[in-house]
Amino acid sequence: MGYPHKSHPKETVVLSKHFGEVDARGYKGWVKRGGYAALARALEMEPARIVDIVKESGLRGRGGAGFPTGLKWSFMPKEKKKPHYLCVNADESEPGTFKDREIMRWTPHALLEGTAIAARAIQAEVAYIYIRGEFTEPLAIMEKALAEARAAGVFGDIKIHVHRGAGAYICGEETALMNSIEGKRGNPRIKPPFPAAAGVFGMPTTINNVETLAAVPHILTKGAAWYKKLSLSSPKSSGTKLFSVCGHVQQPGNYEVTMGFPLKDLLYELCGGMRPGATLKACIPGGSSVPILDREETESCLLDYEGVVERGSMLGSGGVIVFDDSADMVYQIMRLARFYAHESCAQCTQCREGTAWTTKILERILAGRGKMADLDLLLDLSENMTGKTICVLSDSCAAPVVSGIKKFRNEFEDYIAGRRKPVMVA
Amino acid sequence: MPDELVNLTIDGVPVGVPKGTLVIEAAKQAGVLVPHYCYHPGLPVAGLCRMCLVEIEQQPKLAIACATQAAEGMVVKTQSAAAKSARTGVLEFLLINHPLDCPICDQAGECELQDFTFQEGRAGTRYSPDYPKRFNPVEDFGPDVLYVPNRCILCTRCVRFMEDVAREPVLNVSERGDRAYIGVHPEARLDHPWAGNVVDLCPVGSLLSKDFLHKARAWELDKSASVCTGCSQGCNITLDTRENVVVRVRPRPNLDVNRYFMCDHGRMNYRWMNRGDRIEAPLVKRGGELHATDWEDAFERVTTVLRGAGPRVVALVSPRASTEALFFARELFRGLDWTGAFQAVMGEEVPLAGVPDLALRAERVPNGRGAELLGYGREYAAALAAAESAAVVLVLDEPDIPVRAAGALIYVGTVLPERAREADVVLPIANVAEEEGTFVNRDGRVQRYAQAKPAPGMARPAWWVFSELGAALGHGGSVGSAAEAFERVARAIEGFRGLSYEQLGFAGKPVAVAVPA
Repeated sequence: MGYPHKSHPKETVVLSKHFGEVDARGYKGWVKRGGYAALARALEMEPARIVDIVKESGLRGRGGAGFPTGLKWSFMPKEKKKPHYLCVNADESEPGTFKDREIMRWTPHALLEGTAIAARAIQAEVAYIYIRGEFTEPLAIMEKALAEARAAGVFGDIKIHVHRGAGAYICGEETALMNSIEGKRGNPRIKPPFPAAAGVFGMPTTINNVETLAAVPHILTKGAAWYKKLSLSSPKSSGTKLFSVCGHVQQPGNYEVTMGFPLKDLLYELCGGMRPGATLKACIPGGSSVPILDREETESCLLDYEGVVERGSMLGSGGVIVFDDSADMVYQIMRLARFYAHESCAQCTQCREGTAWTTKILERILAGRGKMADLDLLLDLSENMTGKTICVLSDSCAAPVVSGIKKFRNEFEDYIAGRRKPVMVA
Repeated sequence: MPDELVNLTIDGVPVGVPKGTLVIEAAKQAGVLVPHYCYHPGLPVAGLCRMCLVEIEQQPKLAIACATQAAEGMVVKTQSAAAKSARTGVLEFLLINHPLDCPICDQAGECELQDFTFQEGRAGTRYSPDYPKRFNPVEDFGPDVLYVPNRCILCTRCVRFMEDVAREPVLNVSERGDRAYIGVHPEARLDHPWAGNVVDLCPVGSLLSKDFLHKARAWELDKSASVCTGCSQGCNITLDTRENVVVRVRPRPNLDVNRYFMCDHGRMNYRWMNRGDRIEAPLVKRGGELHATDWEDAFERVTTVLRGAGPRVVALVSPRASTEALFFARELFRGLDWTGAFQAVMGEEVPLAGVPDLALRAERVPNGRGAELLGYGREYAAALAAAESAAVVLVLDEPDIPVRAAGALIYVGTVLPERAREADVVLPIANVAEEEGTFVNRDGRVQRYAQAKPAPGMARPAWWVFSELGAALGHGGSVGSAAEAFERVARAIEGFRGLSYEQLGFAGKPVAVAVPA
């Protein structure tokens, strides 16, 4: 895991190997650690060959959706008729997720190298690294690293730009991010057209997450077979993944494990377990947008794309939010709903109105003025907010509400029935 | 090459549409209106109100009909349980922050939120009265547009019109989430010469015309198809009347002329149609004074004047007169040495940037082209000079005319200007809202307009007046309807040959002759 802790023996450190090493941030330090060798080779390779290697490796998108990276790259037009673009999604804003931040803070050149290789693979002459507006420190580090690497001339003809966002969660949605780069309001676009056909500036575009691209140089260096073998379970999930663990564990932070690692071991061994006297109540395994797991589901969950789905949630971004028995699930879910209500772009009716209404109902329950019918109403609103909008922000608000009511209904009922003291004024 | 057709089924009705047609448009052909708010055929697709969600067989999720292209073999269901429930859900969400102030809202009765809610919304609300509704004060957007944000459903039609059609992006969506509202640039006003269209485009009562504010309830209005008289573009319009008073002018879609739009100049150009100081009876001069009389007497006076007419007759006509009136006027001078001229008021050309061939035209009259086709010239000054020595001068509805006639003066008009008091005969006619007829626009398109209200007193359509006079002079029978009048034009005038009044419909048809550039 690296700074500020030593890596746990059960971790498989690939991306996080140099976390905490200040020297690795500089160009010279990175080259000393073997950096930019993969890029130099990639620039000599046929783009299609790079795509094939990444396809073989089984690498899947680490931003949340888990789409096979090589396949995504192969959607770009083979015959180049227009400029191609690469966008790097460094707008890490998902509550509970802070892995890309650490990659940029400690190993900025890993991202730059992966970015340049990907640009080569999709024949893009320009790549934009879109960094979350609040990430002031990673921004400064990335800009410095970019200037050094540019000066060293490692990118060939590829131009890489760092673009700072203005602090909107929705700009992490890929087409909203493209609108934002274009200087427009960060509204998700209706699809089709998909980015590979018409993305940023209307040109063929691929967008990848920071962690995805940081893994690419390792795949080129050590081979697709090596990466594919980094899996403890499903052959459909390969490689290592960074998990950002926060909440009620002894040692929160970023942990890098191979796909298929048991969530139970991550929490109880790597993170040092619950606080003394506390027991695990629930866990959100993939950033705030995925369904909540109860204790049983958490303790039997394997951390890969398929394993988490089997337990009724999603691997998502790998932001693991842990709740012990002191957590007030109603309050936690209200906080999430309030976040989505604040961040809704206001385009789709269900999202604009539904996120705010959901928040109001939850706040009223917490104020001790809820009604039993509110629970069914919440479930019905969530149904109306799921699968019907341009992007998934609306679904993301509904997921924790639905799973929360299903798994912790008694906590809602306690507030409504007056068995629990109101914690809000509404 | 004809467009490739794709066949699909919408609510069980098979339709064939050109490839690339959106499901929402294909549905119209199947006779199915898919409820929608953000979609408008004259604007870029936004796909955000999510009202037009429909079920498409073999697709896992509901799809929006406004952004889905029709495909071969597609089976679309707008009335499936899933689609209906999705729409009911959207309506419920749209209404939670809506003030439901229909009783004082100008849009009531022609409001798509009201209509679709009655059609398939929930009977009651589940939104607790404890929760405050979103509130923002009414904003004065521009010369004729008020914004009532509380009624706004954020469909962004107005934003897209200003951005993509008017190409003056002064509106946006400000803020996010349920705090969002339509914002106007802090240093700008919604004063674009075509800005009034945002009021028509608004599906709810959020953007209102100040001119129409609280004038009438939608259900009190009678609607008549008409053609704008503001310039030579010939935008198709609807005249809305309440108790025989024109209270509003709105564009009527015609893809060949004005698409879905009209300019503010034309929109505000209707008050004169309600003028009260009208000539209500034929007047003839006796003993140096004009006296009211009946049509028979007046016609007799005119025929006497024309029968005894000397070598020269001059007609000074209005290019706002119908093609039919202009035709029957010239027929009066058969066998005489006559000159006819008109004067077109000119102004600045104001194009609508995003629509080709659509502008408020510099020539601010509707039928200059028709007058030309009928042999009237633009040599107005010469005609005025000639009028001074002419045996007979006929003036058709030009109240500001500076004519000094030595011979007989026949004035045919809607109102009686001071100068016309010198006339020998004054004949009262209907204005454009009070008669049927046609105009020919600058591109040579013949377009019909319908009668919206009755003419005052004894006033009659000018074509009727001239055709009766012609009949009295023995130039063929009179006509009893605008249709008959047009058939006579079509028989006699080359460019109109082959056109029929019926076939013109209310979308019009081009004249046959080449239009000079």
